[in-house]
Amino acid sequence: MSALELSKICLSLGGIPVLDSVSMHVAQGEFVSILGPSGCGKSSLLRLLTGALTPDRGEIRVGGAPLDERSRAFAFMPQRDALMPWRRIIDNVILGLEVQGLGRMEARAKVRPLFAAFGLEGFEQHYPAQLSGGMRQRAALMRTIVQDRPVQLLDEPFGALDALTRAGMQRWLESRFKDAHWTTVLVTHDVREAVALSDRIYVLSPRPARIIAEFEVPDRRPRLGATLSPRAIRLEAELLDTLLTETGD
Amino acid sequence: MPSLLLKTSTRIRQGLPAILSVAAALAAWEIYVLVSGVSALVLPAPSRVIGQIAANRELLWANTLPTLQATLTGFAFSLTLAFTLSVLIDFVPRLRRALFPVFVISQTLPLVAIAPLVVLWFGFGLTPKILLVALVTFFPMLIALVDGYESTEPEIEALLGSMGASRVGIFRRARFPSAMPYFFAGLRISITYAVVAAIFAEYVGARAGLGIVILNAKNSFRPDLMLAAVVISSALTLALFGATALMQWIVLGWRQAGAGR
Repeated sequence: MSALELSKICLSLGGIPVLDSVSMHVAQGEFVSILGPSGCGKSSLLRLLTGALTPDRGEIRVGGAPLDERSRAFAFMPQRDALMPWRRIIDNVILGLEVQGLGRMEARAKVRPLFAAFGLEGFEQHYPAQLSGGMRQRAALMRTIVQDRPVQLLDEPFGALDALTRAGMQRWLESRFKDAHWTTVLVTHDVREAVALSDRIYVLSPRPARIIAEFEVPDRRPRLGATLSPRAIRLEAELLDTLLTETGD
Repeated sequence: MPSLLLKTSTRIRQGLPAILSVAAALAAWEIYVLVSGVSALVLPAPSRVIGQIAANRELLWANTLPTLQATLTGFAFSLTLAFTLSVLIDFVPRLRRALFPVFVISQTLPLVAIAPLVVLWFGFGLTPKILLVALVTFFPMLIALVDGYESTEPEIEALLGSMGASRVGIFRRARFPSAMPYFFAGLRISITYAVVAAIFAEYVGARAGLGIVILNAKNSFRPDLMLAAVVISSALTLALFGATALMQWIVLGWRQAGAGR
């Protein structure tokens, strides 16, 4: 059974078709990337999943059941960290738990043991402005994970970071993912990131978005830090080629 | 301990220019009165004004209390009204278009004309003072709150939405805290008008208050006593301004944390 299944999703916004019969599936514990050019409708796809939009046609199933307003199957991590500057890091991390109705003390006790794994030990009482970009992003990821939803949705989570911090974060995420097996959907336009982190990759066309290719990444983890296998290098080239030719510009 | 000492000495050094310029202005005034021999009935020296404060301290104290009461009651009323309306406007955007023109017009009314009318309608009690203080202080706070809610980062709202937060939950967890820096900017502007508005309301019609002291002193040609009341009213405004600054420092403590880096 798939953790997440989209079948023939169509969506128009203001009369403009955005998604054209998009179908995809994500297995339990799988890391799937959605790769596409800027403005192709990736964010609309995410907004469908978080319940901010509803599709014109097609069906979204989570763990076999149709997605409705109450299923809350996704923990969402937006592009920029969206940490609240007035909350301490620990209180930012428990935001989702608080919305779920957990008391503040209880929620804090629940997340406190996780700070070490996210490299944030000792920073519980800091404010976001006191942390580096990478640490803020790890706090945002932690806020996503502790919600304990079936699927994690990451919307270009490293797009706003500088190249060095981004590389560090990707390595860190890879190592975390290897142990934890969070079912994850990553939206990105970074080919290398997609190849490094994913089990499978869907490629979207420009608007109206269709799925134009699907690739498996068979390489063993960890992939980052090691030299890329010839297969992965070929895959990267192929993906880039698909994006550049099929998407027209 | 040394860091605290250092902080205190930095504070004094930062405050020094202000202290020096005020002291210089007062010294120039004092010297001018001494040298020119101008009558105290026209221009009393600062030393004479201070003497009047000491000599009339009971009269001034008895009349400061009603002014303080009018200011604080009026301001509390204004704050409650501004907050309530700001929340209503945030949840029902159509209200903004209905109400804002009324508020803008209320800000164009000349106080000189409105104050006697309000006293005529509501008498010499506390009510006209509350209304006039509110009229002057309400708008900056309302604008600050409404604009403050609008300044909320859309990504934070989207995040809360994805977590399943309701509109009320989003207001409480994101929109309201986002408005706080704006609110305090509005509060600091408003509070400096509040005392002046209360004194003006008293001046037009009251039984007691600093406005009455000023009115009586004017009618008996006592500029020294007028200025004594003015000094008290300034001190009152500065104290209230200081109180809002302290409140801001407590509520927006997270901003200092960010600046410390």
